Amino acid sequence: MKRVYLDNQSNTKLDERVFNNMKPFFTEYYGNPQSIYSLGTVSKDALETARAKVANLINATAKEIVFTSCGTESNNLAVKGIAGALKAGGRHIIVSSIEHFSILNSVKRLEKEGFEISFVPVDGKGNVDDSALKKCLRKDTILVSVQYANPEIGTIQDVKKLVSVVKQSCNAGKFIAFHTDAVAACGVVPVDVKDLGVDALTFSASVMHGPKGAAALYIKEGLKINPQIEGGVQENSRRSGTENLPAIVGFGKACEIAKEELADNNKFIRRLRDKLTNGLLNKIEHIYLNGDMENRLSGNVNFSIEFVEGEALFLLLDAKGIMAASGSSCASKDLKLSHVLRAINVDSAVGQGSILFTLSKFNTEEEIDYVLEEFPDIVKRLRDMSPLYSHFIRTGERKSAGPGADFDGHSH
Amino acid sequence: MAFYSEKVMEHFANPRNVGEIKDADGVGEVGNPVCGDMMTFYIKVDNNRIKNVRFKTFGCGAAIAVSSIVSEMALGKTLEEVMNLTNADVAKALGGLPPNKMHCSNLGADALHKAIENYKSKK
Repeated sequence: MKRVYLDNQSNTKLDERVFNNMKPFFTEYYGNPQSIYSLGTVSKDALETARAKVANLINATAKEIVFTSCGTESNNLAVKGIAGALKAGGRHIIVSSIEHFSILNSVKRLEKEGFEISFVPVDGKGNVDDSALKKCLRKDTILVSVQYANPEIGTIQDVKKLVSVVKQSCNAGKFIAFHTDAVAACGVVPVDVKDLGVDALTFSASVMHGPKGAAALYIKEGLKINPQIEGGVQENSRRSGTENLPAIVGFGKACEIAKEELADNNKFIRRLRDKLTNGLLNKIEHIYLNGDMENRLSGNVNFSIEFVEGEALFLLLDAKGIMAASGSSCASKDLKLSHVLRAINVDSAVGQGSILFTLSKFNTEEEIDYVLEEFPDIVKRLRDMSPLYSHFIRTGERKSAGPGADFDGHSH
Repeated sequence: MAFYSEKVMEHFANPRNVGEIKDADGVGEVGNPVCGDMMTFYIKVDNNRIKNVRFKTFGCGAAIAVSSIVSEMALGKTLEEVMNLTNADVAKALGGLPPNKMHCSNLGADALHKAIENYKSKK
């Protein structure tokens, strides 16, 4: 059957060139990079070559890169490690309301340990307003973490501006660290840590056609961080544990390719994205684009499709070989509408019909044509059996939430 | 293992008895659009039996499969038999449902019970 993979925010296909670079490090160069005999030296050299390539993608220096196992680990290290190192200066942390769960649950943990957390809201398109961030800043603020781009709605923040707001308020020797989760952005759009002025930045191999199992935290030279995994001397004792060398080598190659091909890929993916976005808007009524139309990840298409439910949409898409995602309650493990859709004030009934397509360089124009051909029929099929749609057609009115409509508690 | 049983996927892909009955003897509605699941059932009753049943459902794969199979289970049964049908019976007939779907999407029997109550209240 046809397979059209449009869930690249969740994971990407490994680039063959990356795979070929990784292969020798499984069975041929298996030495521990910390060993000083020849096989270890080969590994050590490969580790450092990869580190230089990874650093180069974001215009950092190699020693500012700490390898981890995934974006979640990098975010845990950033939030808990920086908070731990800076807590003498205060215990207040600011994060945005649309962060990844690895940030949200890390600050939840810190809250239990006596830190205070402020959540800076976003506007209807998912942008963090710099004046809203300014209002959250306090004398005892030590860390601000705002993601670079949201993987679900695609909105890209003006991180540079947000950093300058935070840095301006650092006065008289007071330091506030700025971390950004750039997992959804790195390798997709140009990211330059020097230009942004951030102190720490998370990025991962698996969303840029690299392997699973390798990610990094950029830690600006001079920034102290408390390790979260303690052991030997790896990663300058900032992240101990034997290095996952094949994955790290793959990460390095993925960064190298991303840097070289980013501009071309971006242009190509954006064209497909716009074709899909405009095509769906033309072919289907009562659909709403979520996120910012302009400041948007090049591969992100997120619509709320009124009168239908997202899980049913992606199951029918899957039956046609098309893989997508949804932020609906039913599509989530905790049966809640996605926290990102709630944060941008998407109507809680309309948001149930959210469908997310995320594109990559491996998608083709034919695939987008195929989605544009199949998806309107799928929507029609579900609307034909939807009581909400027949009510709307009959009365011209939307069926509003009835009594007991507490979608958080999900009480029936 | 697939998220849903084969039976769920089969009913979801080919739902039976979708539609409305204009001159229905009873109508039952359960759920809420805000929760992501809502079902409306229409019944025709003849000689104390469900002579015809149609439904419209807004919801996930489980909600649609539940609506479909419960409509089949009810057709031709006496009103008492249908009133004795539980949501658990429906889940069992579908070869089970994922735990997080048992509560919110498995409302088919409730909707039918409401339709029967609606029918009785009109008599």
